[in-house]
Formats: sequence, structure tokens, C-alpha cells
Amino acid sequence: MNRELTKKLAQRLRNRELKRPLRIMEVCGTHTVQFFKTGVKNLFPDGLELIDGPGCPVCVTENSYLDLAIETAGKYNAIVTTFGDMIKVPSSYSSLAREKARGMDIRIVYSPMDALNIAENNPGRETIFLSVGFETTAPAEAVTILEAMKRNLKNFSVLSGNKVTPPAVRALLEAGETKIDGFILPGHVSSIIGRAPWEFISEEFRLPGVISGFNSMDLVTGVITLLDLIEQGETETVNGYREAVREEGNRSAIGIIEKVYDRSDALWRGLGRIPMSGLEIKDTYSAFDTEKKLPAQAPPAVEHGGCRCGDLLRGLIIPPQCPLFGKTCTPENAVGPCMVSSEGPCSAYYRYGGGI
Amino acid sequence: MCLAIPMEIIKVNDTTAVALLKGVETEVNSMMTPGLKVGDKVLVHAGFIIEKLDPKAAEEIEKAWREYDEILERNEARGM
Amino acid sequence: MKEILAGHGSGGRLMNDMIEGTIRNILGPRSIQLDDSAVIESVTGKIAFTTDSYTVTPLFFPGGDIGSLAVNGTVNDLAVMGAEPKYLSCSLIIEEGFTFTELERVLLSMKKAADHAGVSIVTGDTKVVPKGGADRIFINTSGIGIFRGPLLRGEIKPGDRIISSGTLGDHGITVMSMRNGLEFSSDVRSDCAPLNRMIKAVAEKYPHAVKFMRDATRGGAASVLNEIVKDRNFSALVYEEKVPVKDEVAGICSLLGLDPLYVANEGKVILICDESYAEGIVSAMRTFEEGSSAEIIGTVEDKNPGKVYLETFIGGRRILPLLTEEQLPRIC
Repeated sequence: MNRELTKKLAQRLRNRELKRPLRIMEVCGTHTVQFFKTGVKNLFPDGLELIDGPGCPVCVTENSYLDLAIETAGKYNAIVTTFGDMIKVPSSYSSLAREKARGMDIRIVYSPMDALNIAENNPGRETIFLSVGFETTAPAEAVTILEAMKRNLKNFSVLSGNKVTPPAVRALLEAGETKIDGFILPGHVSSIIGRAPWEFISEEFRLPGVISGFNSMDLVTGVITLLDLIEQGETETVNGYREAVREEGNRSAIGIIEKVYDRSDALWRGLGRIPMSGLEIKDTYSAFDTEKKLPAQAPPAVEHGGCRCGDLLRGLIIPPQCPLFGKTCTPENAVGPCMVSSEGPCSAYYRYGGGI
Repeated sequence: MCLAIPMEIIKVNDTTAVALLKGVETEVNSMMTPGLKVGDKVLVHAGFIIEKLDPKAAEEIEKAWREYDEILERNEARGM
Repeated sequence: MKEILAGHGSGGRLMNDMIEGTIRNILGPRSIQLDDSAVIESVTGKIAFTTDSYTVTPLFFPGGDIGSLAVNGTVNDLAVMGAEPKYLSCSLIIEEGFTFTELERVLLSMKKAADHAGVSIVTGDTKVVPKGGADRIFINTSGIGIFRGPLLRGEIKPGDRIISSGTLGDHGITVMSMRNGLEFSSDVRSDCAPLNRMIKAVAEKYPHAVKFMRDATRGGAASVLNEIVKDRNFSALVYEEKVPVKDEVAGICSLLGLDPLYVANEGKVILICDESYAEGIVSAMRTFEEGSSAEIIGTVEDKNPGKVYLETFIGGRRILPLLTEEQLPRIC
């Protein structure tokens, strides 16, 4: 990253005069956080609003997923392995953090492969890996299943909550509830799937989009490109992150996903059931599919009263517009996942957004 | 959930590789990027290489933005 | 391997053998008084008195262990007030089954750290708890320090400078990498060190310049700054580009999604002083190894009172909030 050039372009963004107020949407939790952390959001010109879409995998995961994870782990006295992001997310009746305090064996891993090693080192017990993530993470989780098969591990399984992002963006646009002038598209999801799967935004919905990376230069130039497209009336889907995103994506990674998973309908918080937006472990690998291997029935999921995470993930509101935000819902005592996930929009606004 | 970090490959094994960032070495899974070579720049996410980086594209993008900035600067100088 | 048994805490012969043969033998005959209290020669004037309990996983890590941590942590708590650390207590809570080899290693490390810092361990206690009742060993140390110069506290005003005595995040990143079984081969090590000599030198050279100083342990530098500005009529602005972070630490932080400003240190202070003394204090710190990477990292401002914020290199600003708990490695 060229820091001098980034500084100059950031000043250009700050000094830009918009012809009319604009609303742009990002659909990646890492973008949510990075726009704050780099200070780029603080340099937005007057009239430019950034809204957060369904880009945080933890946030879009329905309560029923964690309910099932906790129920299954309890029933089979299993070790639960998870990314740190999930640990404090409230389920219908509890959270992993609370279960850990009550004695459930919950371990944070950095890589799904670490979960595999935990299973190998605890041969007498089941180890469940909570697989939540978008296209960026799915191939790593798929490789882990393949590796578990290769090592012939009998005590390892994966609870798949994996989702794919373009169908969610489509669902959002089809619902047409919120006015969006253009998209900042997720860089690392696109490293896997490529640019082409986003073209429907331009072709069917006549909106521009820019695939963007995550450092200050990427964010500043991504927003400038998007503003230029919007103001010139262009509706292209531009790859602004060519160093990491190929037109056709990473074919090997896509091949690995397709080898292990089938597409299925999936439940998204706020968006409901979206056709072909989930990744379900293929029957060939059902020995490693927690749902098939360790059947369990969680009590009916309940939503948390007053929580507007769903509206937020549809782009209808920004966090401070939720009546619970910062009052009954804080990171210490979160009502919804958007406040507790490290990349949740509410958490980002609460942490970094205080007026300065 | 998509934090991925650029690193440089310093050793290539069968399905793994050793990647370097600011003096930190870590073993990463390389199954998504066949044909990996020492010196390649890659993106690492959750212990996996998810894609090879294209340094040439990065240079081109930077050059394009430098030109963008220069054009605007010239226009401003001309009072446009 | 010889292990500590429940009987070692029973007050009988096993316990006496352990105290005589291991603890007093290593820490020195004055370390655990045989009578009910240690008797200290009378001290005049103000004293500082502090206590802290130490628990760390893993017990041993590059750059230190629970023993050196327990001594240096308490020494630093005294030193940042302006007191000269003199006497420590050492209270051990040991889980049944902990090995004598490990205990000896911890005690030797405490002895070495105490000698290095110039403090005496004058009293102590040992308890053995059943398996599962503690995580191997917990150590509590209390400390007494004597004021020979002024209390290092003063009225903080907008325009004052914020100094970090060196690179941030070294200790936390070292233990977090080990704790999470992360295999990073790099020479990252804990910064665990006594800071009393460096602080004394600064205080002697600039007797009334220091308005506040605190060691940036749990919660890191950002948490210390939040404690300083809380409910006050000023704010703290940190310049991202000025924050000293070792390359390796920055690398691991980016891999784990952590912010070095929130990672624990065990040998660094955050100091606030009048602008006119800032350069001098940084130069004085830099003459010590433990202060060799000292930097002015920010300014006290009157805008947005009660808040800590960061200016990024592109000139954008954001809040550095008080986090509710320790950061976890994340992939988001």
C-alpha cells in the first residue's frame, strides 16, 4: 500500500461534493469493521451513507443453529470447537460462553484443522466443529472434512451452518425494501468465487458494484470508484481488487467446496429462507456431518424480544436506530448477535462509532 | 468472517507450505493453490491459503490511481 | 518425578521439609519467616503498599514465567507511583500434583527477578489445594515501597503528551500464541521486566514533570488510557503511526485479528507529562534497555472529554473504547 497516495486520495474523498445524498451497502463483516478501524468512514463526504448488509456469518446465523450445537454437545458430552467469533453469541436460551462456565468443554480454534487435531488427541470423545462462514471459509472447512476422512477419524464431525453470499444479496434486492445506490462487494469471498457471480447486480438490478480489498487504500479507492460509477450513471460490476480476485475465482477452491457440499436452502436471520444459499455436507461425508451422525432435537428456537438485528441485516436501519442499541443491548450483555460478533454492525458502531 | 492476510511463501511441502509475515512464520494448508512456489505472495485465512496474489495487478492498480490523482491535480491547476 | 502432595500443605513434616528444603533454600533464609510476621526496620515518611495475584497459562514462556511475572508486576505497581520497591511477600497456592522441578524453577525465577529489581522477599505462605482446585500454581505477591521523591501524580491538562515506554503487545501475544497452540516460529518474547530503575531515573531528572504513570498490563495501553480519561474533562488522542509495535507482534496481531493497543504488556508504562518535558523523558527512557523503544504516542485534548480516540494515518479518527473482556483470536 502506497501511504502517500492513500492519504491524497483519502483527502479527495473527504472533499468530494456529492450531487445528491447516496446510500451504499457493504456485505462483508470485515468491511464493516475496517471502514471504522482505518478511519475511512470518518472521512466520508457529507451525504454519503454506508449501510451494512447481511455480511457477517455469525450475525445471519439463526438461533436454531447454536441451540442445536449446544443440545448436541450436551447430549453426547462432546468437545465443541469453534472460531472465537461465536463464543459470546446468544442462542435462544444460552450461549457458548455460558455453557463453558457451566462446564461444557468448548475450545476456540484459529483454523478448522486445529479442531481436527483436538479430535485426534481426544480419541474417547466426540469433537464437533461449528462450521460457520461464507465462501472464504467454506473450502477450509471442506478440506478439513476431507482430511478427517483421510485420517479415518471416527470422533470428528462438522455442524455446517455455511452459507453463500450472492443469493442473499439477490434476496435483499428482490425484496426492494431499502434504497441502495451501489455495492461495495466482499473482497475475500470474491477471491474464491470470482467477479462473475456478482454481475446480476448490474444486469438484473441496474446497480453498480465494486469488489474491494480491506486496507485503507482499497477502501478509499473502492468508494471513489463506486461514487464515480453512480454519478456517471454506470451500472458495471468492477473488480477493484484484481491482485486477489480473478474473473473466474479460485477454481481449485470452488472444486473443493463442490466436492464436499451440496447447495441447499438456508435460513438467514432477517431474510428468512433463501433458496440455494446454504452448503449442506454431501451424503458421501455423512460420517462427518454432526446432524446425521449425532442426532439431537433442540427445543424450539425463540427470538429475543425487541431485537432488530433482522431489519439491520436487511439494510432497513443502522444500529443506532434500534431501540435496544446501547441501552439494554451492549457488548457485555448482548441481546442480538450483531452486537456481540466481532464483525457485527452493532458491535462496530458501539465500539468505534461514538461521535468524534 | 473473512479476515485474510497477505503472506509470502518460504517453503513448499506436499499439501502445506510455510508462509512468512513480518518475521512470523507459520504453517499453512496449500490445497487450494496447486503449483505454489517459494516467493509467491498469498492470502491466508484461518490457516489456509485461499488465493495467490498477483503483484503485477497490484502495481497496475496503484499506477492507475496515481494517474487518476495526477489528472485531477492537473485539472485543479487549470481551475477546472 | 517428585510431586507436591496434599500433605505438603498439612502443616506437618512434609510441609516443613518443603519450606526449608525448597522455598527458603531458594528464596533465601529471610524469605519465609518462621514466626508469624516479618519484622521490617522502621521506615519514615510515605510508603506505597500494593497486592496482586498471578495466574498465567502457560506458566513458562519466552521472556519469563509466572515467577518473574509475580515479582516484576508488583515491583512495577509500586514504581509507577514514584515509590522505591523494597519488600515483597510471596504466597503460593499450589495444586496437588505440581512437580517440585517446576516449583523450583518458579522460585529460582522469583529469586532472580527480586535480586535484579533490588527487592527482598521477606514473608510468605504456602497452601496446597486438591487436584482441580487451582490451575497448577497461583502466586500472590504484596509489596511495600518507600517514597524518596514525589508522588508521580499531577493535574492532567489538554496539551499534555502521552508516552509509551516501548513496544506494545509483546507479552500478551507471546502467551496467546502459546495458549492457542499457534505454531508461529518467530522470536516474539514477553517484555516482563522491572521498571523501577528506569522510572527512578526519569523521576530524578524531571521531578515534577510526570502527571500520571501506569503499567499497561491486562487490557493493554488502550485500557489504561480509558481509565485515565473516564469521567474527566479531557480526552486522549493516539496517533496510529506513532504507536511502537514490533514487526512480529504486528504480524501475529493481524493473523489473529487482534489490536496491539489492547494486548497485555508486563514491562511497559503509559506516562502523561507536560509537553515541554516529553522529549526529555523519552530520551531518558531510551537510555535503559527496557525503555529503548519509548515514543510519544499521543496528546491530551479537550474535545470529546472522557474518550480515547485514534487518528489513523490517513487522518480519519475512531474511538478506542474500553473493551469488556480479553480479545479472542478471530477470523472475521
